[in-house]
Amino acid sequence: MSEQGTTEAAGPGKGQAAGRATASIAGPAGADAAGQTARQTAGQPYAFTAENEAKFQRIIQRYPDKFTALMPTLWLCHDQWGWMRPGLPEWVAGRLDVPLVRVYELLTFYTMFYLENPGRYNLQVCRNVSCHLMGARRIIDHLRARLGVEPGQTDREGLFRLEEAECLGACGYGPMMLVGKDYYENLTIERVDRLIEQWRRGG
Amino acid sequence: MADSARCPKILTANFGVTDSHTLAVYRSRGGFTALARALSSMKPQQVLEEVKASGLRGRGGAGFPAGVKWGFVPQGTGKPVYFLVNADESEPGTFKDRHIMDFDPHLMIEGTILSCYAVNCHDAFVYIRGEYGWLVDRVQVAADEAYAAALLGPNILGSGFGLELIVHKGAGAYICGEETGLINSLEGKKGQPRIKPPFPAVVGFLNCPTVVNNVETVAAVPWIINHGAPAYRAIGTEKSTGTKLMSLSGPVCRPGNYEIPLGLPLRELIFGPEYGRGLLPGIELKAVIPGGSSVPVLTAQEAMEVNLDYESLAAKGSMLGSGGCIVIGDDANMVDVLRVILQFYHHESCGQCTPCREGTGWLDALLERMLDGQGRPDDLQLIERICAGMIGTTICVLSDAAVMPARSFIAKFRSEFEALLPKGDELEDYVPLAVQAELPRSWAEPASAD
Ligand SMILES: Cc1cc2nc3c(=O)[nH]c(=O)nc-3n(C[C@H](O)[C@H](O)[C@H](O)COP(=O)(O)O)c2cc1C
Ligand code: SF4
Ligand code: FES
Repeated sequence: MSEQGTTEAAGPGKGQAAGRATASIAGPAGADAAGQTARQTAGQPYAFTAENEAKFQRIIQRYPDKFTALMPTLWLCHDQWGWMRPGLPEWVAGRLDVPLVRVYELLTFYTMFYLENPGRYNLQVCRNVSCHLMGARRIIDHLRARLGVEPGQTDREGLFRLEEAECLGACGYGPMMLVGKDYYENLTIERVDRLIEQWRRGG
Repeated sequence: MADSARCPKILTANFGVTDSHTLAVYRSRGGFTALARALSSMKPQQVLEEVKASGLRGRGGAGFPAGVKWGFVPQGTGKPVYFLVNADESEPGTFKDRHIMDFDPHLMIEGTILSCYAVNCHDAFVYIRGEYGWLVDRVQVAADEAYAAALLGPNILGSGFGLELIVHKGAGAYICGEETGLINSLEGKKGQPRIKPPFPAVVGFLNCPTVVNNVETVAAVPWIINHGAPAYRAIGTEKSTGTKLMSLSGPVCRPGNYEIPLGLPLRELIFGPEYGRGLLPGIELKAVIPGGSSVPVLTAQEAMEVNLDYESLAAKGSMLGSGGCIVIGDDANMVDVLRVILQFYHHESCGQCTPCREGTGWLDALLERMLDGQGRPDDLQLIERICAGMIGTTICVLSDAAVMPARSFIAKFRSEFEALLPKGDELEDYVPLAVQAELPRSWAEPASAD
């Protein structure tokens, strides 16, 4: 991500925003101390990569307060670790100096945050109305049989997880599935099989 | 005027143009001229008045006039004004904002800056649903380009007007599309809606005045500023002015997004050569959900007669909603289709209000057992009784949004439901619902879903 505009961002727009609480977000120093405690409790040495740390600093600089910074920070964690591994929620709470319950509030309400490993390929097949009309059920049933899992389960190798998703905004191009950041649209059983083979081979 | 041939492209002019998502191409096609003009020669109030005069209505579902909403924002309160672009797009059947952000992210950005200028806002967010991860990246790149070109930041085009724009990624919850749910979500909470009033325009994000507008709504603003309100009003009908992006899905030959002049006959959208080109071979039209899964269904005949504008659809008992037009063919079973829809509302109810949380669950369970061949003779009455308790009794209208398809499917395709239900005399243990209601409480429990 380009860092263009980082400095501009702190312009009058920012000044106008009375009541912003940027300063109350733990800065690097405070965060380190808090992070340390969390690490000790969970016995997990978490730290953002340099690139993600820079993104994190940019988030806490730009968002109005520490609570609003929570969701983007959880996304950074998912980008780096794939899911919220044990100890990570505590670590995030420490870094942002927010109560742990506020972290779990988000982790349990939103479907895209994971407290368990979603597997390498998380196949989210839309089951909603437009896709349903175009045969989404056939795709889901095929994947259940082929992967030997029910929706919501990850296979034994931890490679595939199957999920039934609600409308993903691809209704004209169903059946479809979301895998990672990619949309696979106008699916047929043959196409799904080819994708599975390809992913099994590691690519 | 609902003549598609003479309808200018307001939202889709750059769709399909090579690299239309880049600032260079957007500018080469006249992008940011409206902004330059407004900042150099119009006062914020003039921008607001122009949009009000254009009759532009919110494209997120409710159809509330944008300029009127902006007028509700109190000025000079000492609190910052926030502007939130609603890109949570998750109404089943709707996939239009996605294409605007994909093909023309700068159009949305320019519209957002103009809208913010109109309400004296200096802090804006684009809240994009998390599943659109690649669009979050795309819009972020566009915003970075705009910052670098002084189209965002403290001093836009040297005008002294400043705007900070944050591209925010949601995390998966339909209810965050509801404006107060979106506000709570952005505040780092569960996306549970708030009771209105107070309305967000007065008490919104961080308790400050806040405007929430759909992507498509703000995307229409640059054209209005460039061409003037009368030109916009000249398109569409008297009360439904301008153009609308319709998402066409289901078994049609050419599904996709089409920009239509409001007032276009629905028949044209489904069958017209420039649009859907009819249903797939061998399938006849059975029903149409014209505006996303939350709106009442139309029979094939109603669909053939109605025009796509707010008033015509209301006259037929349905709504334009978000513009997610779902075509249902005669190969579909309406009980099965309704089940899918109700399962969705059950899944997405945020759980705050008892009628919604329990009601959506009951409706889902009743439809499921009906399809499993376990239905009871009075199930349709029971459904109606549940629906009656869900309408107008909750914090947001998700509850109503579940009732509207339920009621309309059953009213218009009743025989398909009845075909799945046994008659009373076929069951030994049958107690009519009307009698159950008078029995002692332990007897009056509706048959459970087992
Ligand atoms: C359950 C529910 C879901 C909604 N989802 C969306 C959505 O995904 N996108 C959207 O723009 N509006 C959605 N809305 C409508 C918003 O509450 C709000 O009216 C709209 O964003 C205002 O923008 P507009 O006036 O430009 O349409 C939803 C409303 C409800 C009740
Ligand atoms: S109506 Fe449903 S979704 Fe809306 S606030 Fe109540 S429980 Fe939540
Ligand atoms: S219904 Fe499947 S993507 Fe919308």
